[in-house]
Amino acid sequence: MSTVATSSIAPIKKSRFSRQGIVMTVYLVFLLLPIYWLINMSLKTNEEILSTFSLWPQHLTLDNYIKIFTDPSWYSGYINSITYVVLNTVISITVALPAAYAFSRYRFLGDKHLFFWLLTNRMAPPAVFALPFFQLYSSVGLFDTHIGVALAHCLFNVPLAVWILEGFMSGVPKEIDETAYIDGYSFTRFFTRIFMPLIASGIGVTAFFCFMFSWVELLLARTLTSVAAKPIAATMTRTVSASGMDWGVLAAAGVLTIIPGALVIWFVRNYIAKGFALGRV
Amino acid sequence: MAEIYLKQLAHSYLPHPQAPSDYALKQIDLTWEDGKAYALLGSSGCGKSTLLNIISGLLHPSQGQVLFDGQDVTQLPTEQRQIAQVFQFPVVYDTMTVYDNLAFPLRNRKVDEATIKTRVQEIAQLLEMSGDLKKKAQGLTADAKQKISLGRGLIRQDVAAILFDEPLTVIDPHLKWLLRMQLKALHQKSQRTMIYVTHDQTEALTFADQVVVMYDGYVVQMGTPQALFERPAHTFVGYFIGSPGMNVLPVQVAGRQVSFHDQTLYLPQSYTPAPNTSLALGIRPEFLSLHREPTFNSIPVTIQRIEDIGRHKIVRTAFQDLIINVIVPDQVAVSPEYTYLSFDAAHIHLYANDWLITAEDTL
Amino acid sequence: MNKTWNNKAWWMVLPVVLLVAFSAVIPLMTVVNYSVQDTFGNNQFFWAGLQWFEEIVNSERFHDALIRQFIFSAVILAIEIPLGIFIAMNMPKKGWAVPVCLVLMSLPLLIPWNVVGTIWQIFGRVDIGLLGASMKALGIDYNYTQNIADAWITVVVMDVWHWTSLVALLCYAGLQSIPEAYYQAARIDGASTWAIFRYIQLPKMRGVLLIAVLLRFMDSFMIYTEPFVVTGGGPGNATTFLSIDLVKMAIGQFDLGPAAAFSIIYFLIILLLSWVFYTVMTHLDKQGQKS
Repeated sequence: MSTVATSSIAPIKKSRFSRQGIVMTVYLVFLLLPIYWLINMSLKTNEEILSTFSLWPQHLTLDNYIKIFTDPSWYSGYINSITYVVLNTVISITVALPAAYAFSRYRFLGDKHLFFWLLTNRMAPPAVFALPFFQLYSSVGLFDTHIGVALAHCLFNVPLAVWILEGFMSGVPKEIDETAYIDGYSFTRFFTRIFMPLIASGIGVTAFFCFMFSWVELLLARTLTSVAAKPIAATMTRTVSASGMDWGVLAAAGVLTIIPGALVIWFVRNYIAKGFALGRV
Repeated sequence: MAEIYLKQLAHSYLPHPQAPSDYALKQIDLTWEDGKAYALLGSSGCGKSTLLNIISGLLHPSQGQVLFDGQDVTQLPTEQRQIAQVFQFPVVYDTMTVYDNLAFPLRNRKVDEATIKTRVQEIAQLLEMSGDLKKKAQGLTADAKQKISLGRGLIRQDVAAILFDEPLTVIDPHLKWLLRMQLKALHQKSQRTMIYVTHDQTEALTFADQVVVMYDGYVVQMGTPQALFERPAHTFVGYFIGSPGMNVLPVQVAGRQVSFHDQTLYLPQSYTPAPNTSLALGIRPEFLSLHREPTFNSIPVTIQRIEDIGRHKIVRTAFQDLIINVIVPDQVAVSPEYTYLSFDAAHIHLYANDWLITAEDTL
Repeated sequence: MNKTWNNKAWWMVLPVVLLVAFSAVIPLMTVVNYSVQDTFGNNQFFWAGLQWFEEIVNSERFHDALIRQFIFSAVILAIEIPLGIFIAMNMPKKGWAVPVCLVLMSLPLLIPWNVVGTIWQIFGRVDIGLLGASMKALGIDYNYTQNIADAWITVVVMDVWHWTSLVALLCYAGLQSIPEAYYQAARIDGASTWAIFRYIQLPKMRGVLLIAVLLRFMDSFMIYTEPFVVTGGGPGNATTFLSIDLVKMAIGQFDLGPAAAFSIIYFLIILLLSWVFYTVMTHLDKQGQKS
């Protein structure tokens, strides 16, 4: 017996466990190091950042955060971002729900082409749309409004929402619909009372992804806003160029943009992968 | 081919087991003879699969040893043991053809292609799948897939035993019979040791030479189907095997007399059970009879229901708060006036804390 | 699933169609309009035919950007896909570590793209960044603003940092769907680790892996914000990818005609890729339903 193990765990598993630990630790450190550095910098003064190089703040300061929370041009950026992101999420889910149901349950004239067309919009480079969007939204008075950005983000979020929801809905057996109709449910009542609770996790995941993609997108959001609806991310880039080297505030603003996503992700942690796979795992 | 000996084996999934209830498998000492067909019978969660996985090496026991022909293999990984196992759900390698699936265990062991070819053809013939060898495994039906799993178990000639973990669960009922017959025939042809886990007594009794009954982590009895029927070593065996199962009545015992409520029965042997144990009398419905008049060893009962199931009738009788089932052969008369229940004393067993106790002397 | 034929389903799809059409069709028409006209300012437009298209298709600038783009996407895929699979196979399968890993790994995915750029811009700086300073301390001459190789490495590492988790999460979901019995059966069959990967894990991951490849290809093909923030497309034009070049042309130089023609060619390439994606996906779905 060449292999000798003292515990009840098979020898193979045991050796793999430690390798797993090492791989995951290295990877997570790689992921977290840049973020750590950002947090580190956000807690330093500009003088410290530029004069001394240290792994943690020598003179811990919250001044950078205080500046963001007291200066309207900073914190309004957050309010703007959250406003259009929430608007976009609500709109996307609302219109995508019936459409996804139609795609998952029925065949109709041109359905395949339509689905493909929606898909192409998810794949369209925002750069292509930047200029025409600017002109279109200006001409209809949606420039620099929250709803304008929310609508623009629908371009890629609605197809995505339809797609993810369709994946989840196809997982619900059709017999459930038929049984409900036999039991005398009207379509709306069936849809809201029976069907939506069944795909609740799918709706949650879709909402998360809409939130996420609207939150991280900047090119369109920046192109379509100037003052009133300017997103936090755009505020950041502009302040940098204006005041030159305010690294501390920049880092603090960066940290604050990570927080909403980190909070939201906790709620959908078990469905993330399924969502990324467009409901098709 | 080998004899498998489980020496003082026990397993717990907890790192530091203390109470007996921490053990998924209580300590056992068991020998599986070479070439026999065994069934491992018990309800779900009784430790059947744990035991099976210990034999195959997927699980390493907390204590004790596994010996193949006297050689300790306890710490040997699965792939180095000569064991084949078929699982509850068919496992096939989707991207491979049926041929490649069957050849896979041999290829992994670096067997030359010529030998593989003859072996695969033999096994395919045995499984009646010779025509399907070139097909992709992905598109096959559940029972065809399970046959492939089976074939992968049979293909290696050096296996000591083939283990089956409820292999017919996903198979249609009408195919179940067929596959079980094929399996039985395969056993006779191949003369391999087979261990077949199931919770279905019919499956166990028809397949196996020896049945091992497990209950709550204990191996409660190992024996031929007949032994399990005639002398259940544990009340659970009595309940679980037979239809309806053995009647178990709480009693007091004094020498050759057993009493419950105001009734007394006389036994051919004398018993002296340990004090402070809960005692019970067990008797199979087959060894009870109903009469109009009181007879020796009879008690008055009321008849609740007579159910004619063709070969015999099942009579449900009540004595005070106790329900006792009786099997009455087809040609024997029975009606609600038959209110005296007579016990065949030779087939009465006594159980202390659910375990069979033996008599001190025979009269 | 057998779907019933019902043209009334169009009513359910209509809101989506209108909404997306508003944001997709009208702007696209504007682009087409620009792409065939010329202007000398003052909103005076002249018919230019396919002149801009010819110009773009034959321009070295476009060729270079396109080649850079394909190299970038190829490098990204070559690193992120194997690395993602490797990470997924090493992720914990149960216990407290699972949610911790899932959440920490998702973190980079949720950071606004320009902040991703900012993080790496800072991180890589020789004076104040941990990476840059460490490189300097190790005696490596690293400067992503001046050295082409350093700029590429920084942008690629940033993308790996940003998106590998997506591939890993997808593969993890695929791996999680493999029943334990497959691994047990493989051990009984004496399969090597490689054989288990090749015949069990890879086939089961195939679906999600395709999604991962295609998503990563598309998104890396459209990348704009992150490299723009870090390198601004430089040094020189070394990291000027298609989107960066397009925005430079459209908004920076206000060359509407060529920019519009550029957009359309870019979009057609994407359309072709989407079609491949879609065909593969529907094919996969069909296969999934069969088994």
